[in-house]
Amino acid sequence: MKELFEHLKEGQSDGLVPWQVELQVAEATGAGFREIEGAALRGGLRLERYARNFRTIDIEGQLRLHEGSVAVIGCGGLGGYLIEELARLGIGTLIAVDPDSFEASNLNRQILATVADLGRPKVQVAAERVRSINPATAVIQRQIRFDTGSADLILAGVDVVADALDSIPSRLELAAAAARLGLPLVHGAIAGWYIQATTALPGSAAIETLFGSATTSRGIETETGNPAFAPAVAASIQAAEITKLLLGRPAALAGRLLHLDLERMTAITLPL
Amino acid sequence: MKVTVKLFASLRDGRFDEAVLEVPESGFVSDAIAAAGLSEGEATVMFRNARHVLPEDALVEGDSLSLFPPVGGG
Repeated sequence: MKELFEHLKEGQSDGLVPWQVELQVAEATGAGFREIEGAALRGGLRLERYARNFRTIDIEGQLRLHEGSVAVIGCGGLGGYLIEELARLGIGTLIAVDPDSFEASNLNRQILATVADLGRPKVQVAAERVRSINPATAVIQRQIRFDTGSADLILAGVDVVADALDSIPSRLELAAAAARLGLPLVHGAIAGWYIQATTALPGSAAIETLFGSATTSRGIETETGNPAFAPAVAASIQAAEITKLLLGRPAALAGRLLHLDLERMTAITLPL
Repeated sequence: MKVTVKLFASLRDGRFDEAVLEVPESGFVSDAIAAAGLSEGEATVMFRNARHVLPEDALVEGDSLSLFPPVGGG
């Protein structure tokens, strides 16, 4: 792959590999964008498409994200924004999991839902969106429901699990599976003006603490509904935690509940 | 005895954000929940002085209780 690297190195302009050069190298060598970006980052080259990450995510960090794999369980409100942000961040592999297709009632908040895509599988639309943003990010589509039976297949080889589900029993099942497999889980949940998030590292009982006493399969969102801003904020908090985990930095919400009230614009964190 | 009760999210609707409530001496978290006018199961996550507790845990004078409903949407 030295040849690939030499192409990219020669194509640098102002210390960056322009996107146009990635396109030219892909055409000239037949290499995929994932391979091209891996060769660039391993060789210490900065890519134009990640240039604005630079002080927050350096080349070494960008390589860690490139080599990272995140399972996004649920591709609705939270999952759509997560997939959008994780693709832009340059995560190497996303496992998109959702059995459903888009419905008109998703249009109020789900970024991947468009009129043109109503009736189409969410995971398929997610994969198309990622390809259009970042062809260096691979998407594994799993149009299945997450449960204990499908957990091992879905979570195989994953570094971080994103809980973007919408039912309490499923969230508990996911937390149990992540714990069994020793995987960190980044949880987000929304209801109206309210957002909660936490990061459950292996061995943490955070999700059981949050939902173990619930007597219903859904929370207050059945009454509050979920407007557009709630999943955008919650998923962005999750994406930041996922990024830190992949970069090997401390996840600030590990063992802590973050509760946001977007009506009063107040935040509280409490130990779980 | 008196304890401070803080409600979060939709638990505040028609109630209060924070109030000092009277509960029986040697009372429990469940007594404060009842004093706040919450029905069983409405608050599913509770903290006493910023530590997670359960309804059957004891309270002492001056405790601060934070109560949350289940937030589960995605």
